Amino acid sequence: MFKKILIANRGEIAVRIIRACREMGIATVAVYSDVDRAALHVRKSDEAYATGPAAASESYLRMDKILDAAKRSGAEAIHPGYGFLSENAKFAQACADAGLKFIGPTPHAMETMGSKTRARQQMEKAGVPFVPGTSRGVASAEESEQAAERIGYPVMLKAAAGGGGKGMRLVHTRPELRSALESAQSEAQRSFGDSEVYIEKAIVNPRHIEMQVLADEHGNTVWLGERECSIQRRHQKVLEESPSPIVDDEMRRRMGEVAVKVAQAAHYTNAGTIEFLVDQQGNFYFLEMNTRLQVEHPVTEITTGLDLVHLQIRIAAGEKLPFTQSDIKFRGHAIECRIYAEDPDNNYFPSPGKITLLLQPSGPGIRQDGGIYEGWTVPMDYDPLLAKLIGYGSDRRQAIMRLERALAEYFVAGIKTNISLFQRILGDADFQAGKIDTGYLDRLLAKTDPAISTFSSKSDVAKTKIETPGAQSLEKIAVIAAGMFTVLDAAAPAKDGTAAATSQAPSHWKQKGRAEALR
Amino acid sequence: MVYEVIVDGKSHRLELEKAGDGWVCRLDGQLVAIDAVIPRPDVLSLLVGGHAYEIKREKTASDLHIWVGSDCFTVELRDPRSLRSRQKSGGDETGPRKILAPMPGRVVRLLVREKSEVEAGQGIVVVEAMKMQNEIKSPKKGVVQKISAIPGAAVNPGDVLAIVE
Repeated sequence: MFKKILIANRGEIAVRIIRACREMGIATVAVYSDVDRAALHVRKSDEAYATGPAAASESYLRMDKILDAAKRSGAEAIHPGYGFLSENAKFAQACADAGLKFIGPTPHAMETMGSKTRARQQMEKAGVPFVPGTSRGVASAEESEQAAERIGYPVMLKAAAGGGGKGMRLVHTRPELRSALESAQSEAQRSFGDSEVYIEKAIVNPRHIEMQVLADEHGNTVWLGERECSIQRRHQKVLEESPSPIVDDEMRRRMGEVAVKVAQAAHYTNAGTIEFLVDQQGNFYFLEMNTRLQVEHPVTEITTGLDLVHLQIRIAAGEKLPFTQSDIKFRGHAIECRIYAEDPDNNYFPSPGKITLLLQPSGPGIRQDGGIYEGWTVPMDYDPLLAKLIGYGSDRRQAIMRLERALAEYFVAGIKTNISLFQRILGDADFQAGKIDTGYLDRLLAKTDPAISTFSSKSDVAKTKIETPGAQSLEKIAVIAAGMFTVLDAAAPAKDGTAAATSQAPSHWKQKGRAEALR
Repeated sequence: MVYEVIVDGKSHRLELEKAGDGWVCRLDGQLVAIDAVIPRPDVLSLLVGGHAYEIKREKTASDLHIWVGSDCFTVELRDPRSLRSRQKSGGDETGPRKILAPMPGRVVRLLVREKSEVEAGQGIVVVEAMKMQNEIKSPKKGVVQKISAIPGAAVNPGDVLAIVE
């Protein structure tokens, strides 16, 4: 087993991996950019090295600096987390060349699956079901127009190197195609350094369901159940759950077997995820493989009772999978809410800034994977994911009830978050009935959003709240509270500001660790 | 202490008087039985006639928010003795409207030129924050008077990006 691992990431996932290492008795090395010196992952690591300025391209994407930190610290392996260098085959190769174990698949498997077009060519050979489309990038606008005519509108443009909705465009008609292609290509170039874009038939209102696989380096591959990821906004997942409300044992087994076939065709090792589009008839099509740990891995951990990060590390250390497919049992239901720094009253624009107050939920059936603390300034340079709140129960209904309770306990001040969005989703009849697809969230938001959302929409939200029964008395409570804050502040001898908050922070961590240990 | 408390445009008179360990509270002339403690900064545990409320306070650059559960109220508290009152520059529909940066970020590109005519809801400038590109739209139909956003430059919330008249 490794003695020391470098985590080439930041935020909640870096903290998640550091925790796993700590549990396994492995020392941890963090890397950080200039704006992340005070970030939680640095505070929780055993060693930490600066990698450069805020821009990811000058810090978290700098292979040379990360490898240098690994060398200086004597780390034996690198866990890339998700995003950043996690699906970069060159980095995996550079790790191997430097004598470091990359905790993930081989560069070759990554190259095969990392490019969506190459993955498609490979999988077509293995007989995996596909959505009709071009299996390689389009060279010109003319070619894209011909391809789109052949496939039939609507079509979806996708970056070959893509992920997270970047470089993706839905095109309904021919006149929209050229400009959509140009913007998809330029976004793909900016985000991934590769402007290759391909075209697929757009399946209307599909579900997005994915299958977790795990493969050791001795030829054993298992599937660990599906995750329903249909609740998305701007092609970015917002809420995931396992199991999916529409997947029964038989469909789960079929999807699992296809997923294992995909992984084996690519000689895949370590943790990976096969994404499927599912149409309204329940047919599923291979979409892509994510060659890394997913953001939403906790819902699988809860329903299988496995720790995927522990297993990733053990697999990378050369161990065999400690179980076979028939040992894997699914239990209960888990739902994850991605808490983003976004302003719900401002069209979900990113909202970085200083967290002035943070009240985090705990209690039965609640897990939180976070990378934030009170007093920390969320930088504007990275993804807006703050934390993941996962609720679980013996069934879907109980998981929803627990999450609703936990969300009511959750409070973040100083920056805006999308916590209220989850209260809406979980309380929605269609969601509760499991009637969701990738268009669900946009439809839900359109129900009450003003036709043109302007920056004054905030007052509209406030107005609707006053009309709800009981709000009048809450208003009076707010009036009394405003006065009491003022008189009690004046009565307190010392103004407790940042000094009190920072001195409390370490004990929060301890409390939180204890709370989770008792789980 | 007597305060004038304004919530969503409605004014209330709040009297708070220290009495022993507790407080006597009169809201709009009516006596309300309350008990309040601050267990941690910006959190208030308030008991009103036996009902318990956990209240959170959030101070932003321009506003004071009081959260009662998940309900947020924008509150203005005036101490009549200090005669302090805040004035806000509200935008009106007919005059020139400033387009402000809603969050910290970087200007990626401009979508229109100065003096061009724009529709309400038309994109004016693209600002990037947290890997997300956001089109900042015109709040009204009119002519772009001035564009102060410079591609590549960093902006802070409230910075003027453009003016539409």
